[in-house]
This record gives sequence, structure tokens and C-alpha cells, in this order.
Amino acid sequence: MDIHEYQAKELLAKFGVPIARGGLAYSPEQASYRANELGGDVWVAKAQIHSGARGKAGGVVVCRSAEELSEAASRLLGKRLVTTQTGPKGKLVSRLYIEEGTDIDKELYLSFVMDRASERIVVVSSAQGGMDIEEVAEKDPDAVKNTAVDPAVGMQPFQAREVAFSLGLDSGLISKFERAIMGCYRAFRDLDATMLEINPLVITKDRNIIALDAKMSFDDNALYRRPQISELRDKSQEDPRETYASDRGLSYVGLDGDIGCIVNGAGLAMATLDMIKLAGGEPANFLDIGGGASPERVQKSFKAVLKDKNVKALLINVFAGINRCDWVAQGVVEAVKDLDIKHPLVVRLSGTNVEEGNKIIAESGLPIITADTLKDAAEKAVAAAKQA
Amino acid sequence: MAIYINENTPILIQGFTGRIGTFHAQEIIDYGSNVVGGVTPGKGGTEHIGRPVFNTVKGAVEETGAEASIVFVPPPFAGDAIMEAADAGIKYCVCITDGIPTQDMIRVKRYMRRYKKANRMRLTGPNCAGTISPGKAMLGIMPGHIYAEGRIGIIGRSGTLGYEAAEQMKHLGIGISTSVGIGGDPINGSSFRDILEDFENDPETDAVLMIGEIGGPQEVEAGEYARDHMTKPVAAYIAGLSAPKGRRMGHAGAIVSGVGESAAEKVAILEKCGVTIVPTPSSMGETIAAMMKK
Repeated sequence: MDIHEYQAKELLAKFGVPIARGGLAYSPEQASYRANELGGDVWVAKAQIHSGARGKAGGVVVCRSAEELSEAASRLLGKRLVTTQTGPKGKLVSRLYIEEGTDIDKELYLSFVMDRASERIVVVSSAQGGMDIEEVAEKDPDAVKNTAVDPAVGMQPFQAREVAFSLGLDSGLISKFERAIMGCYRAFRDLDATMLEINPLVITKDRNIIALDAKMSFDDNALYRRPQISELRDKSQEDPRETYASDRGLSYVGLDGDIGCIVNGAGLAMATLDMIKLAGGEPANFLDIGGGASPERVQKSFKAVLKDKNVKALLINVFAGINRCDWVAQGVVEAVKDLDIKHPLVVRLSGTNVEEGNKIIAESGLPIITADTLKDAAEKAVAAAKQA
Repeated sequence: MAIYINENTPILIQGFTGRIGTFHAQEIIDYGSNVVGGVTPGKGGTEHIGRPVFNTVKGAVEETGAEASIVFVPPPFAGDAIMEAADAGIKYCVCITDGIPTQDMIRVKRYMRRYKKANRMRLTGPNCAGTISPGKAMLGIMPGHIYAEGRIGIIGRSGTLGYEAAEQMKHLGIGISTSVGIGGDPINGSSFRDILEDFENDPETDAVLMIGEIGGPQEVEAGEYARDHMTKPVAAYIAGLSAPKGRRMGHAGAIVSGVGESAAEKVAILEKCGVTIVPTPSSMGETIAAMMKK
């Protein structure tokens, strides 16, 4: 799960990570009010969307008067901001974070990730802050330092100091930096984060350290024990098709094609999308119905897939293991009748009792197209979508 | 011989008396696996579906000599159950549970490293369909009847895609020595590479099919291992050619987050390592058949 910059900063501040002062604004008037409240003569209006690369897309505006701020706010609020990470549709800006201006002396990079190779939390740091870290790593691998944390004891202060010295910080800043990095680590660990990126972490002209940006993602599997994180979910940042499906316990990812897919198991679902592509078609979604494929879940899945108005044909691919194909087939037939589905529908069943399953579909009197193999199913679905 | 389990392996069920544990324990028994008991804390001393129930894994191992276990414990407690098995001297553990927090798995893996490699429990999963040595024993939730007995090893991150492979192979008359699910989570008990090594050393396995997907470094690591250390042929299918970058495709671990993690990149690297690439998910059986004719 992703959260907004201002939410990440509020969380980090609780762990002792220094941030700049700021407040939210939902309207241009509120933006001016915030400026007045913060004082000073420079403010930054930052569009709150779940995406990085907001600056390059015009989502971060430095303002030197209340009028400029109000103008920037009316330009950004209510619009969709398109960044290199949002896709062409962009994401809705419904709130701004108004922050006091910071006098920057130096920009650093700091992030925490779950490293799958070492199976540890790894701290990534670089003196080249404010840039895309993947580009930095590609051009100059030595400019990026990775520090692995031993899960038995957690991050140790000496590791934080090593990072600080490697970034070239002078001795007056070491303890401040150590507090900031240890705070980030504790936040990452205690909140079950999967990613925390501060880019840039800045040294100010008055020799303080501030997290000027903050991006955090959390482990969906750990949300049950982090209710304070679940509360930060902002559905306006999600694909509405995905929100609908996830609220119903389905694993769904919206894509851009016209063949709606319902498959059991994540791997088989990915393979089905691949097969559609190989057959010359474009899938509209990824949907894992789960191991059960119960009649109730089949109904829910049909509803979720058909929320997408681009869908022209449907493909169901279920490998019935413990559940039998005849039971799955009955669920499909019932759902097609109950929901009065008019789209061309290809069903491919395999596994236990496949003959009985196909017989139920054949005898249902419904215009359902059955398929034997994955390839056969994909080709029939692609043909049906092209005709529709 | 197969790997990890055979008809004699004494098996424990962890999370034995719950609804899911009970259902699958019965399936495992019906397949002919040697289930010697189960563990549910607080229900020790009772009997459940004809097998004794124990309070602790240690107690169960002492009484029954169990060597393998399968975990059906819910996500908040599953990491604890795995560590309990490792501490009790279980040699092979399958964790079926889907939804274990990543940091819990990091702790589990760190905990297991306290044992010397020779005594360290082999863990596969979590978030997998389990392991089956067809005709001998099943330690999982798969439909046992789709697996024919034979000499091909299967390693996969996905359950149903593994069934698809087994069924395609059965249609072509190709059987399986052992099929091992390593699970769809970002941090798992064993990697493709770990299992490849055991198949390489198994006299009853002639070749291996890997079923991988987007995300993480394990498929590439396995390809390099196959190139440098294996005499047996290896084929691989990688799911998710059409998956967009940065999106999680169902499995917690199926997300392209860096260089080398997309399906296309993995396929290219595996091919360079001399691994036979399965071009489409419907040709897993055919590819193995062609590879074995060579």
C-alpha cells in the first residue's frame, strides 16, 4: 500500500526524523492561509499524489507570495497530474502540501528497501541527492552505498555513522544524521514498510538535516497489525476498477485491452495474459479468483471484470484441483444467467471432473464457447473480441 | 528415491484441527502419505481424524519420530510455527499459508541460520501448493491424481500453473519424480537454485522444469547455477511477459521493481545460461518431451 508524502512525513516525524513545517490545503484560499500561518517569504506547493517524479511534471511549485501560491493551487487542485510513473491517465490532485521554503546547502539520497537477494532490509545512500537513483547507480555504481541490516539485532548506530561518513558529512552533522537515519529505520521496521525513500535528504544552510521529500510503501500482508497505516489509504489514487475488486477480496490489476480475464491462481493468471498476447489480443485485466472459484466468487469476478467498459469478450480459465470442474461449471452457468451476461464468453476448465464440467456448460443452452487447452482458449477469446 | 518425501517419510500436520488443516490432512492421508500426527497447541492428548494430536512440535517429534511437516497455521502465527518446526528437528517443512508479513519471513530465515547447514531444516513456501513425489507421498494441497510417476523434477512459484504443467506432461506420458512449490512470496524458504541442487543429486530425476515469473533475482541465480554446476538438462517457463512494471500481479513477490526482474529479461539471461526456454505456457509438456528426445 502506498501513502502520500505528507502522511509519510507525519509518520517519520513521530520517529524523530526532522521535517520542514507545513500543512495541507484543499483550496487556493487554504493555501494562502497556510502561507500566512507558516510565515516567511518562500513556500512550496506540492501536489499530493501517489507517484514520484512530481517535480518534473510541474507538481512542485516554489512560490514567493500569497498570490503566487493561490495561483499555483488553483492550477493544480482538481486536475490530474501525469508523471513518468503514473501512466497516461495521471492521478487526481485533491490536496496540496504547503511547506515552508528551505535553504538548501546539499542534497543527499537515502532509502530503505526489502532486499530479496540478501533477505534483509538494506539502506541505500548516495551523496548525489535529488536525482533518479537508478540513473546514478547505472552511471557511477561507486556513488551508491548499500548497507545491509542484520535482522537479529537491527540497525546499529555504527552503521548509521558509516553511512554518514561515506556521504562526506563533517563531524558537526554526524549525530544529527545518525538520529535521522535511525528514526527512518525504526519507522520502516515498526510500521512494516517495504520501501522508504527520502530524495532529497538535505543539509540546510543553517546546518540542519531535513527530509525534504518522503515516499513510503507498506506490506499489504502486515496491514492486519498496522491499523494506523490502513487508515491512510486514499482510494482516489487507485484505479477505480481495482478498488472495486479489492474491496471484494479479489486480486485484480487493470490493463488496457479488451479481453476480460478470470483465472484461478496468480501464476496461471499471468500465463493466461501472456497466451492472449501471443494469440494477438490484449487482456483487459489480471484477476486471480483464488483457489476456490466458488459460485459466489465467480459472480463477484464477473461483476468486477465488467466494470471495465472496454471489455468486449470474457475468458475464464480455471484449473480445478481440490474443487471439481462440474461445481465450477455450475457456478459459471448460474452467474451468466443471474447477471444476464451478453458478452462472448470462452470457458476453459481442466483438472478434476473436466468432462462433467464441459457437459454442464454444453447442456446449459447458453452460447458459451468451451476450450480444451490454454492456447485454444486464448485464440478463441481473441477471435471473439475481434468480432464483437 | 525422489527428493524430500517418499512413502515412508513420517509427516506431521501443523494447524491440524482447523477447518483447512483438517480438510487437507485427510487428502494427504488418502493419497497414501505417512501422516503420524498433528500439532494444535492446547489440544494435545486428543485424537483427530484417526491421528494423535500434540501440543508442541517437539513433543510430536519425540513420540512419533516425525521428519517432515506441513504448516496450515494462519498468517499471524505461521512464522512462529515454522521456527518451532526448525527447532524441533524437523528435516523438511512445507508452509502453505498465504499472507505472512515479509518481516516475519526475514526473521524466520535468520532464525534458521543458527543451525549448521547439515542440521538445518529445508523449508519450501510459504504461499505455495506444496510438494508431491507422485505415487509415494503428497505434502501439499494439489490434486494428486494429475501427477504421473516419472523422472522429471518440477520447481515452481505458482500452484495452478504447476498443475497445468503436470497435466500437460501426463497427457504426453511424461511423469514426475518430485514437484516442489517454492511459493509466490518475496522472501521464501528455498530458492530455485536450492532445489535444482537437490534434483541434480537425485538419481531418480533426469531433467528439471522451472516455472518462474516476474520479480526478484531467483530465476537468474538458478540459471547461473544450472550453467556452472548441473549435468542434467533444465527447461524454464517465465510467466508475466505482459505484466506492466511496478504492478504487483497477485503474488506478493510478482512485481518488477528493478533491472533483470521482468519476464523478458529473465528469459534472455536463462537462454544465455543454456536453459531451454518454454516459449508459451501451453507448451511446457511439449518442450520437456522434445528436450528428453535429444
